[in-house]
Amino acid sequence: MLHLENIYKSFDNFIAVNGANLTVKKGELVAVIGPNGAGKTTIFNLITGQLKPDNGRVVFKDEDINKLSAYQICRRGIARSFQIANIFPRLTVFKNVQVSVLSQEGKSKTLFYPAKKIAVEKTNSILESVGLTDKAEYPAASLAHGDQRVLEIAIALGNKPELLILDEPTAGMSPDETSATMKLIKDLSESQGLTILFCEHDMEVVFNVAQSIMVMHQGETIIQGSPEEVRNSKDVQECYLGVG
Amino acid sequence: MSRNILSQKTYWFIAFLLIILFILPGAIPRFYTYILAIIFVTSLLVMSLNIVVGHGGLFQFHHGAFYGVGAYTFALFLTKTSLPVWIAFLSGPVFAAIAGMIIGMFCVRLTRLYFGMLQISLGSLLWAITFRWYSLTGGDDGIHGIVMPPLISSLNNAYYFILILTILSIIVMYLIFKSPFGTTLQAIRDNPERCEAIGINVRRHQLVAIIIATFFAGIAGVLFVVLEGSVFPDLLFWVFSLEIFIMCLLGGWFTFAGPIIGAAVMVSLRTFVGIYTEYWTLILGVILILLIFFLPEGLWGYLMEKLGEHPKQSLKEGN
Repeated sequence: MLHLENIYKSFDNFIAVNGANLTVKKGELVAVIGPNGAGKTTIFNLITGQLKPDNGRVVFKDEDINKLSAYQICRRGIARSFQIANIFPRLTVFKNVQVSVLSQEGKSKTLFYPAKKIAVEKTNSILESVGLTDKAEYPAASLAHGDQRVLEIAIALGNKPELLILDEPTAGMSPDETSATMKLIKDLSESQGLTILFCEHDMEVVFNVAQSIMVMHQGETIIQGSPEEVRNSKDVQECYLGVG
Repeated sequence: MSRNILSQKTYWFIAFLLIILFILPGAIPRFYTYILAIIFVTSLLVMSLNIVVGHGGLFQFHHGAFYGVGAYTFALFLTKTSLPVWIAFLSGPVFAAIAGMIIGMFCVRLTRLYFGMLQISLGSLLWAITFRWYSLTGGDDGIHGIVMPPLISSLNNAYYFILILTILSIIVMYLIFKSPFGTTLQAIRDNPERCEAIGINVRRHQLVAIIIATFFAGIAGVLFVVLEGSVFPDLLFWVFSLEIFIMCLLGGWFTFAGPIIGAAVMVSLRTFVGIYTEYWTLILGVILILLIFFLPEGLWGYLMEKLGEHPKQSLKEGN
């Protein structure tokens, strides 16, 4: 479904991504792991169009999406969450998600029809699936950090994506919040059949849920394979797990 | 539940206010009728500005330019052509919106402060043209003694005409504010990058918002001419734009109705303080400083917070 071929990206003199490869198959739950600065977030930004690769190809459903801008890529069916809570702080929780649903339904530009009558059901069902229903009318900025991160995911779901990309979904969360969020992600993958690509640096979390893992080190892809394969790979042990 | 009661109270308050406004001209001296009409025109202008500033998060620093374009277009159509009056009326906002679209197309390519800087320069260009083009615009003298159709030529009739058009415009702006377009616009204000990522064409959305805002600024410009019977280049001068920007902040730029309060307070102050001192701008400066320090959300925003319209921050503390 998604395919990255030999991606390069540098900022000034710093090479952030130096030949990354990644394959995501439909329905899979794929994780990208690697130490800080390995280029995980850069990879995600390159996929969703916030950044453009210097070299290489990003192919989504047999289409080259290198040249498309962020909103066009989103309309092709890729939605994402960000590493920092990237929400609409002054809007209510409900509206945060509604904006995204409206965009997905192509109704963002409707001028003379009350927004409170459009996309309500869908928005509510998303809020319910992530467990934010009782906080729907609060301004997003007033939510606790963990809830803001969940809201992030809810906004991305509003786009009804085929591929959901989550950038460190549990960063900054308490252990309880982390396990709740991972359960949510697993649910989305299993019950709704969503294809999910996420990155994490909590090893345990990744090996428990991911079906396929891609390991990055200094901007390079070292290996992509099942948790078993990755665990047993010598290269990975040497440069990342530090067991070697 | 308190929100419903509050909004019901708000309806009664609005109805009451409107009745007063409709009766007033019969009961007060002409001068006050005139001041009220000026407040309506300015309110409409500031509300149109707030569409882009408060709801859209754009630094529309030279909104007065479009007010001026609306006013001048109307005045020129009335004095230089023999076209029907309604065409002149309509051409004001339409030309303002066209100017808004052209300037906006350049501005939305930039962000934040650069957006504002470019707008000041392009708006000032319009001012310079108006100021210098004697044969068309009358230069620094402007155009005076524009004759209105008999129906709205008396002050009281002009007052009612302005009041009704202002109310209609505000209703339309409210519908837009509450529409998916308005909601999306506020989301863009809060976080444009996130909006890109959920599939919204941010620049185009902002441009449409600017066109809508400048259209209403054009209506305000037309109403100004209806009241004053004259136009002059000061309408397009950047200092005036700054003044309405401050009105917007003073009233409460994240609220819908705040700009009305801002306009009413500032116009009253300017009128009544102006009688006693010529240093009006000094007072303006002091207001601005106080505003920044004590009322960052504006008067209306402050009131709403006190009245509990927004269940602000309470959730965090409650946890």
